[in-house]
Amino acid sequence: MAGAGGGGCPAGGNDFQWCFSQVKGAIDEDVAEADIISTVEFNYSGDLLATGDKGGRVVIFQREQENKGRTHSRGEYNVYSTFQSHEPEFDYLKSLEIEEKINKIRWLPQQNAAHFLLSTNDKTIKLWKISERDKRAEGYNLKDEDGRLRDPFRITALRVPILKPMDLMVEASPRRIFANAHTYHINSISVNSDHETYLSADDLRINLWHLEITDRSFNIVDIKPANMEELTEVITAAEFHPHQCNVLVYSSSKGTIRLCDMRSSALCDRHAKFFEEPEDPSSRSFFSEIISSISDVKFSHSGRYMMTRDYLSVKVWDLNMEGRPVETHQVHEYLRSKLCSLYENDCIFDKFECCWNGSDSAIMTGSYNNFFRMFDRNTRRDVTLEASRENSKPRACLKPRKVCTGGKRKKDEISVDSLDFNKKILHTAWHPMESIIAVAATNNLYIFQDKIN
Amino acid sequence: MLSKGLKRKREEEEKKEEEGLSVDSWWLDQGHPAAAQTPPPVASSSLFDLSVLKLHHSLRQGEPDLRHLVLVVNTLRRIQESMEPTTSLPPVSMPPTAPSVADSLLASSDAALSASMASLLEDLNHIEDLNQVPQPQADEGPPGRSVGGVPPNLGALDLLGPATGCLLDDGLEGLFEDIDTSMYDSELWVPASEGLKPGPENGPAKEETPELDEAELDYLMDVLVGTQALERPPGPGR
Repeated sequence: MAGAGGGGCPAGGNDFQWCFSQVKGAIDEDVAEADIISTVEFNYSGDLLATGDKGGRVVIFQREQENKGRTHSRGEYNVYSTFQSHEPEFDYLKSLEIEEKINKIRWLPQQNAAHFLLSTNDKTIKLWKISERDKRAEGYNLKDEDGRLRDPFRITALRVPILKPMDLMVEASPRRIFANAHTYHINSISVNSDHETYLSADDLRINLWHLEITDRSFNIVDIKPANMEELTEVITAAEFHPHQCNVLVYSSSKGTIRLCDMRSSALCDRHAKFFEEPEDPSSRSFFSEIISSISDVKFSHSGRYMMTRDYLSVKVWDLNMEGRPVETHQVHEYLRSKLCSLYENDCIFDKFECCWNGSDSAIMTGSYNNFFRMFDRNTRRDVTLEASRENSKPRACLKPRKVCTGGKRKKDEISVDSLDFNKKILHTAWHPMESIIAVAATNNLYIFQDKIN
Repeated sequence: MLSKGLKRKREEEEKKEEEGLSVDSWWLDQGHPAAAQTPPPVASSSLFDLSVLKLHHSLRQGEPDLRHLVLVVNTLRRIQESMEPTTSLPPVSMPPTAPSVADSLLASSDAALSASMASLLEDLNHIEDLNQVPQPQADEGPPGRSVGGVPPNLGALDLLGPATGCLLDDGLEGLFEDIDTSMYDSELWVPASEGLKPGPENGPAKEETPELDEAELDYLMDVLVGTQALERPPGPGR
């Protein structure tokens, strides 16, 4: 099928041919801080796509039914609901402002017509119910159409109210607020496979909540030393196992992952498994620890593997092998010689996320210059793509990008020194079943689809 | 999206220059054979300064980013250890203040505590700036990376040593009346001499005064991050 894609659609890289589908967000160069997207998450069916931003807002997109309208649209995502999840708060006790930025959104599995999601900022987690209303009742007996109560003595006949269609209204209402359980900044939330509990993790502690109970939570991991002078490590991410409701993992700033079994004890300070790759002595530097700090950890859908993202690479671990990862994928190794400058401008502390595709055959993560990387675990091929307005013609295929590390720069390559480190893709999401990806580039959300699919 | 808060001359300089990143090898671990082949590091001291600056900045936040703080402190410790390979240090404990101040800031929001810390950090910054004055070649450079072959200051370790001694001699004692100067009066400090200026031919570690011991280093770290200031009883001038 060589050349079937037409000009500009190389079949190199993966078997996928990613094409632009949609972009959401303002176009102008001046980006308002509040509009910067801070989290992206598909729900379990992939029909809903939620984003959170620094202004504390959540925007949910819904995929259009494919049988409606144009057949080639393959289901576009349109705004379904927008609401203010968190407001800036002031902690009077500490004289500190609490940012309203949404750090994470996690969907709950759908159990009825309504949708539920958890959203969190640095301190407070909220459970939101998103429900539709497309009918209203008319013909009440005790009140008029405009709501005024009717005098009961005047009623001479009874009627049965009838339901009439109305314009679809999507309502978001906060059903639970889980507050006051975290001294430090929440970096992760994860819904358990039992669908009743979830965890929230901050720099030093992990708490277990029941979705119905807001006034207490159980602390299951606490790495705060008795003497804060001895603090050398913090928790960076945590997640529940997708199938085993007693298993969770958490990653650290030292590049280690601990797997805990809640059945072994109430407090999971002692891990059941400890994952760490021995340091390569030839690449040791002052920045070794910083670049080994894990910014994201994700179980595979199968539950057999987990993936970790550190500054320069993505690693896939077999849960049965603690000594080293089974796969290591370099994201932007050309940055290794620039670490000092990246330390200086604080980019070395950027926290990139990573995600699996539905079948666990591919993984994706972001980079700088609005580049994002995909790795096919079966074919061992990888590709660098770019989310930009220039490549935003409808159904235009994305051309693989290449960074030139030295010597002669070929045409269409970009040199390391020309990369824009302000354009970072930290948050990406992959549809749980189909070849659709969502990529957050600052204040814009790009949606790409695989042409072949 | 880049570093916020503390404005430094370096940032303005970098904005004028192109965005390119320079390739660095001088930060390679001294113990590594590759390091011997690269040009000898002009400074772990520049990196030390930079890390101290970051630490200051981090601590100034109302609620420091713990991850950032811990990573910077660990890096600082690693750099410090590499700057004195001759002295065998026991595992240097975390600069006592950094997270404890962070924690206490979190826990109690003691305004007086943070105010005194902030003022000490100001003084330290002021010392750094003043330290630049006698070196005309580096006047445009912020504390840290030196320009060309200018012998850089040794970083924070130098600030409170001989250089400060010079400043005191210049009659700027008024600046330091709030600070316990018993440290500077200590005869362990070797007065400023050429021997302390790191030449490009050696790593900075070799130029360090050999009289420095663990206690002194600990004290230095303490002062840098403010513990000493906080633990001292108020002097007569307060």
